[in-house]
Amino acid sequence: MSTDKIHTRIWREEPEPDNPFATRAAFCRGYDVYGQMVGNARWVEMLALLFRDELPAATELDMLEALAVALANPGPRDASVHAAMCGSVGGSSAAASLIAALSVGAGRFRGARDVYDAMIAWDTCGTDLDAWNTYSRLDTRSDFVDTWPRREHPPGFDPHGVSTATSVCQLLETLARIGATPRLSWLTSQRWQLEKIIELPLDVSGVAAAAFADLGFNPNEGEMLYLLLRLPGAAAHALEQEGYGYKQFPFYPVELEDDPAARELP
Amino acid sequence: MNGPELLAAHIGVLRTRVGACWPGTRAVFRGLDLHQGLHDADWLELYLFGITGRRYTPEQVKLLHGIWVITSYPDARIWNNRVAALAGSSRSTPALGLAAAMAVSEARIYGGGPGLRAIDFFLRAGKAVAFGQTLRDFMDEELKSKYIYGYGRPIDSCDERLPWLASLAREQGLDQGQHFKMAFEVEIILLEMGKPNLRMNYAGMIASLAADLGLTPREFHIFLVPMFLAGMPPCWLEAAEKPEGTLFPTPCGEIAYEGIGQRTWRNIIP
Repeated sequence: MSTDKIHTRIWREEPEPDNPFATRAAFCRGYDVYGQMVGNARWVEMLALLFRDELPAATELDMLEALAVALANPGPRDASVHAAMCGSVGGSSAAASLIAALSVGAGRFRGARDVYDAMIAWDTCGTDLDAWNTYSRLDTRSDFVDTWPRREHPPGFDPHGVSTATSVCQLLETLARIGATPRLSWLTSQRWQLEKIIELPLDVSGVAAAAFADLGFNPNEGEMLYLLLRLPGAAAHALEQEGYGYKQFPFYPVELEDDPAARELP
Repeated sequence: MNGPELLAAHIGVLRTRVGACWPGTRAVFRGLDLHQGLHDADWLELYLFGITGRRYTPEQVKLLHGIWVITSYPDARIWNNRVAALAGSSRSTPALGLAAAMAVSEARIYGGGPGLRAIDFFLRAGKAVAFGQTLRDFMDEELKSKYIYGYGRPIDSCDERLPWLASLAREQGLDQGQHFKMAFEVEIILLEMGKPNLRMNYAGMIASLAADLGLTPREFHIFLVPMFLAGMPPCWLEAAEKPEGTLFPTPCGEIAYEGIGQRTWRNIIP
């Protein structure tokens, strides 16, 4: 089963003559990282190149960067950021706070798995309203048993939403204007119809899924990018709460519904 | 109630049946006072009570302990253990290393994934047989659409853990359950089907035993979370005791690069 080498199409390093563990030059997809990319490449170009042999077109890079700006901070109400803050207020390590953000932000409710599911839905339904109609009514109880909990809402839509949030509409319109890509363009023109079929408003994860799919990412890549791109806000809010201290962080009241002390009362 | 009203109804309060603590006073664990009712409980028994809300006999707890013990391998080459060891070698903290290693253990081809799918298979097979279908017919249908989890092992089809666990189950009088017996029948049928490499693996045996103990797939899934944990601290510790960075150091030449050759960046700013 085993091999003694790590295989990669992404990265090559040349060693210093005096030390096989010290990097003289590093190449990402053939480009000299320290010799040519650093100082010349945008961060988003490096990000795209890590996932692709070739750089995307300029408009695609602009779209990815715009999406990265939108996703950078889910805000302190978001469960993933809340989890990161729970780490920092107790003095946990920085990595523990980010692990908390990743673990909570990985889920099927507003998390990266929702993006994965939504990208599968895009693969299945494309720009066909009838297909979305059928997909949204699938009984997920018959889904193959999985380590993930069962999906409880059509992916990419807000199960608690009433109407599409202005922020979601703005993100969709901006990304569609920048990229003019097929799914985002269709979603912009058909959003109202699609939401009527799904009976829920579009969520940020749905826009992100369409954008990732238009950029040529597969669902696994979209899930990974969504996890990655939402971490900066978790980090910043965690550090901020550490500064405020736990006494200014909510510790909610509890209503215990199965209390042995209550049962013992006459 | 749904939409924002549903969210609004849950603002700022924890309504729970599983428990709470009042610092300086008491703690409640699933309807029992933790200190009055559970202070001398075995830790695994408490863990199972937390998962299921049910209590288990000493024999059952011993068997479930055995499931964890028999597969605790402190081998830092194994992927999940390697994460713990790399954390030690990289001078990260024990909790970060062990938590990451446990998360990695919820894998598709070993650990959490196969176990979950194997218990799902046994529970569905048990129901099918109860409704009159033969086990072989059920397996035929299953093999047409998917794998049968709990059988086959990538490195060596013989699983060295099984005799020890089977023996423990027998000693505890827990080897007569429907699903445990079925696990061996499935192996024989797979052999008759011409699939000699699909011998029962650890996931198959522990899933059948868990099904006989009445665990649901989700309960079994959570039971499995710390299953490999005992093997991980030695890996972290030994790596932490050795000179930093010496676990699996990789020189530049040991990376097999298979990508695009060297090329010039497109817009170099002079």
